Amino acid sequence: MIPIPAINLGSILPALILCAAGLVVLAVGLFVRRGAVTVAALISLVGIVLAFMTNSPLRALNAEAFSGLVAADSFCWFLNILILIAVGLTVLISAKYLADEGMALPEYFVLLLFCAAGMMFMVSGNHILVIFIGLETLSISVYVLAGIHPAIPRSQESALKYLLLGAFSSGLFLYGAALLYGSAGSLALPALAKYFQAGSTSLMAKAGMGLLLIGFGFKVAAVPFHMWTPDVYEGAPTPITAFMSVGVKAAAFAAFVRVFFDSLAALQVNWSQILWVLALVTMILGNLAALVQDNIKRMLAYSSIAHAGYILVGMVAGHTEGTSALLYYLLAYTFTNMGAFGVVALVGRKGEANNMIDDYRGLAKLHPLLAVTMAIFLFSLAGVPPTAGFVGKFTIFSAAVKEGYVGLVIVGVLTSAISVYYYFRVVMKMYMEAPATEPQALHFGPAVVVGLLIAAVGVLYIGIFPITYLDLAAKSVMPLF
Amino acid sequence: METLMFYILSVVTVGSAVFVVLLRRPVYNVLFMILTMIGLAGFFILLRAEFVAMVQLIVYAGAIMVLFLFVIMLLNIDQIRPPVQARDIRWWAGALIAFALFGLILVVIKGIVLPAMETAVVAGQSNTELVAKELFTTYLLPFEIASVLLLAAIIGTVVLIRKQS
Amino acid sequence: MDQGLVIPALLVVVKVLLLLGAVLTFVAYATLLERRVLGFIQVRLGPNRVGPWGLLQPLADGAKLLLKEEVTVSQATKPVYLVAPLIVVVCALVPFGVIPFAKGLGLESILGPMADRFSLNTGVISDVNVGILLIFAISSLGAYGVLLGGWSSNNKYSLLGGVRAGAQMISYELALSLSVLGVLLLAGSLSLVDIVEAQDKVWKWYIFRQPLGFLLFLIAGAAEIGRTPFDLLECENELVAGYQTEYSSMKFGLFYLGEYAHLLFLSALVTTLFLGGWQGPILPPAVWFLGKMFLFAFFFIWVRGTYPRLRYDRVMKFGWKVLLPVGLFNVMVTALVYTIYLQHGG
Repeated sequence: MIPIPAINLGSILPALILCAAGLVVLAVGLFVRRGAVTVAALISLVGIVLAFMTNSPLRALNAEAFSGLVAADSFCWFLNILILIAVGLTVLISAKYLADEGMALPEYFVLLLFCAAGMMFMVSGNHILVIFIGLETLSISVYVLAGIHPAIPRSQESALKYLLLGAFSSGLFLYGAALLYGSAGSLALPALAKYFQAGSTSLMAKAGMGLLLIGFGFKVAAVPFHMWTPDVYEGAPTPITAFMSVGVKAAAFAAFVRVFFDSLAALQVNWSQILWVLALVTMILGNLAALVQDNIKRMLAYSSIAHAGYILVGMVAGHTEGTSALLYYLLAYTFTNMGAFGVVALVGRKGEANNMIDDYRGLAKLHPLLAVTMAIFLFSLAGVPPTAGFVGKFTIFSAAVKEGYVGLVIVGVLTSAISVYYYFRVVMKMYMEAPATEPQALHFGPAVVVGLLIAAVGVLYIGIFPITYLDLAAKSVMPLF
Repeated sequence: METLMFYILSVVTVGSAVFVVLLRRPVYNVLFMILTMIGLAGFFILLRAEFVAMVQLIVYAGAIMVLFLFVIMLLNIDQIRPPVQARDIRWWAGALIAFALFGLILVVIKGIVLPAMETAVVAGQSNTELVAKELFTTYLLPFEIASVLLLAAIIGTVVLIRKQS
Repeated sequence: MDQGLVIPALLVVVKVLLLLGAVLTFVAYATLLERRVLGFIQVRLGPNRVGPWGLLQPLADGAKLLLKEEVTVSQATKPVYLVAPLIVVVCALVPFGVIPFAKGLGLESILGPMADRFSLNTGVISDVNVGILLIFAISSLGAYGVLLGGWSSNNKYSLLGGVRAGAQMISYELALSLSVLGVLLLAGSLSLVDIVEAQDKVWKWYIFRQPLGFLLFLIAGAAEIGRTPFDLLECENELVAGYQTEYSSMKFGLFYLGEYAHLLFLSALVTTLFLGGWQGPILPPAVWFLGKMFLFAFFFIWVRGTYPRLRYDRVMKFGWKVLLPVGLFNVMVTALVYTIYLQHGG
C-alpha cells in the first residue's frame, strides 16, 4: 500500500465550510424558484459564520499540514478573518442589489463563496503551487462575477478585459514559478528559503522572483500593472467591485508577503528596491488620476490603486513593524472600502444609473444618516482621525520612517494630502450642493443597513481603540519571521 | 539517436510556433498550434515522461484545440485583418518592452546551470505510477482544490451563457 | 546508430508492415462483411458477383475508387482539404500498434536475445505502458480529420457534418474514457498487454466484472466512431453525406477506409478490454482474437441493420446527461467495492 500522509482537515476547515456552503447554495438553487436569492444569501451567511467559528483554532495551531503544503498559523488566521468580513459584507450588500437588478442568480453566491475559499487557500499556502491554484480559483470566480450583470454591457466588457489581462499575469506568475523551481528544485516556501539562505542566487532565480512580483503586482493593482483596474472596477457590479477591491487585494497582498518574506527574505535587498519604486509611482499616479474622475466607481478604483501604494510602503518597510502595519491597514481598508462601495451600490439605483459624483448632491438632506456613514468612510479613506484609515496610514508611515525610508513617507503624506481633495469633494457635494432634480428616496433593505452599520462601526471602533488590533496584527505576523 | 530526435522535434515545434504567429488565417494558426502541442508531447516522451506526453496530447492537442477550431469554424473567421496601425510611440514602446523581455529570457536561459536532475525513471515503476502517487499523497490538496476551481469555472460558464436567453 | 541496431530496426519495420497489411486486408473484408450481412438482414443478396461469394468485391471496390475522377472543389481550402483524409486514416491505423493480438510469436530460437530487447517476439508492435492513453490521444486527434474535411470543402452540408462529427466525438470521448476507467482500476495498469494478461480465466474477463462499463463502452464507442444509431455525421437525409460530401475518388476512399478501420479497431479494443483479448483455450491466440474481433464487428453491423438513427439533439443529451453520470457512477462503485475488497478480502 502507498503510505498516505496525514490529512489534517482542521487546518483548512474554514475554506472547506465555504466550499460546502457553496455546494448547498447550488443544490438549493435547483429547487427553490422564488426568493432564491434571499435563501442563497442566508445560507451563505450561515456558512460564513460557521467558517468564522472554525477559524479560531488556527491561531494557536501554528502547524504545517498536507505534507507541508499548507501553513495553518496566526497569519492565515488573521487574513481568514479579513476575508470572511469582506465576503460577509459583500453578501449583505449584494442581496438588495441583486433584488433591485432583477438578477435571480443564486450562482452569484456560489461563486462568491468559492472565491473566498480560493483566497483562504491562497493565504494559507506554504507552497507556490497551492498559492497559484488558490489564486486561480479566486480569479476565475471574480472574472465571472465581474461580468455577471446581464443588462450592462460594460459589465461584460470588464469581465473580458480582466480575464485577458489576468490570464496574462497568471502566465507570468507561472513562468516565474517555473524559473524558481528550476533554480531551487522545489516550490515549497521553506525549501526556497533554505536555497536562498545558502547564498546561491542565480540570475534565473532573480528573474523568477521578478516575474512573481509582476504577477502579484497585477492582482494588487500596483502601478504599472494597474491598467485594468479602473475599467474593471467601473464595469463590475458594485458589490463585486467592493469585494474585488478588498478581498482580492488582501489575499494577494497576503500571499505576496508570505512568499517574499518567508522564502525570498535573502533577496530582500533586491526586491525591496523594486517595491520602493512601485510604491512611489503607485501612490503618485493613483492619487493624481483619482483627482480628475467624475464617476465615483472610477474614483474609488484609482483610490484603491493609491491605497495599494500605501500598503506597498508597509512591505518596503518590512520587518514586524512594516508587515503588521500592513495587516492592520488591510483590516481598516476592508471595513472602509466595503462600506464606501456599499453606499455606492445603494445610491447607484437600478441599472447603476447614478454612479456620477454629481449624483451625490443633496444626499445629506435626503438621507442624513446615509450621508454621515459615507462621510465616515471617505474620511477613513483620506486618513482623517479618529477613523481606522488614519491609524493605518500612521502606523505604516511610522514603520517606514523607522526603517529610514523618509523620502517615501514624505511622498506618501503629500499624496494623502492630495487625496483629501477628491474624497472631500464627495462630502461637499453631499452636504453643500443641491441636486439638479428632486431625487426619489432610496429604498433600504435590512441587510444593507446591517452591512453598512457593521462597516461604519468597524471603521470607528478599530480607529478609536486601535491598540488591540495593532497588537493582534503584530502577533499574526510572527510566523513569518 | 535521441539528439537527432531532439533536433527534429525542436525544428517542428519552434517552426510551427512561428507559423502560429505569422500566418493570417485562423484555421492555419490553430493547425500549427496543434502541431506545436504534438511536438511538445514528443519532447516529453524523450524525457521519459510518457504520461505527461499523453495528457499533453489528449488535453491540449485533442480537447482544447478542437474547441478553438469549433469557434473559428462556427464564426467563419476567414482572415484576420490587423487594424491599420500607425507606428506611434506606443508601438515602439511595446516592441521595445517585448524585445527587452526576450533579451532577459535569453540571458537567463543562457545562464542556466541546471542542478543534476534525478532521473525520472525509477526502477520497476512507470512514470504514470509515480505521478499518480505524488498527486494523491504529497500534492493531494492542490489536486482537490483544482476541483473547486473547475467547478467554479463550469458554474461561471453556465451563468454567463444562460443569462442571455 | 551502430551496426547492431540495423537488423532489429529492419525487423521492427517488417513487423509493422505485416500488421499494416493484415489490418488493411481485414478492413477491406469488413466492408464486404457489412454489405453481405446487411443484405442478409434485409433479405436480399448483397454483392456476390465478383469471385466466389463475392470474395473479390473489395478488390473491385478499390480499383473503382482508384480509377474514379479526382475532383478537388475549386473553392476548397486546398492544403487542409488534402490533409484531412490522411489524418483520419493515420489516426485510425496507428492505435492498432498497441493492441496485443497474440501472446508471443514463438521466434525466440530464431532471433535470440534481440527478440526480447526490441519486443519482436511479443504479439504487439509496442507494449506502451500508457497504451490506453495513447489510444485516446490518437483518437482525439482523429476528430480533426473529420472536422477539417468538413470545413475545408466549403460546403454547408460538409461544414455541418464536420461540426456535428466533432461535437459528437468530443462529447462521447468523455463517456468512453469513463467507461474504461473501471477496467483500468481493476487491472492496475494502462498497458493493454497487462490488461489482457489479467484476464487469464474466463470468469476474470472484465465483461463479467464490469458489465456496466462494457455496455457504456459499446454505446459510447459506437457513437465515437459514428456508427448507426449515431451516424449523424453523414446522415444522408439531412446532410447529403456530411463531411465527405465533396470528396471523391481515393480521397473518399481514405475516409471510407478510416471508417472501417475505426470499426475494426473498436471491435479489437472491446475484445482486448472486456473479453480477454487473445486468451482462450485450445485454439491459437491469434484465432481467438480475430474471432472475438469479428464477432463485435458483426454485432455493430447487426445494430446498423436493426436500429433507426437518433435525432441529433437527443444524441448529445444522451451523451451528457445519461452516459456521463452513469459512467461516473460506475467508476465510483467500482472504486468503492475494490477498496473494500482490498481491505477485507485481499
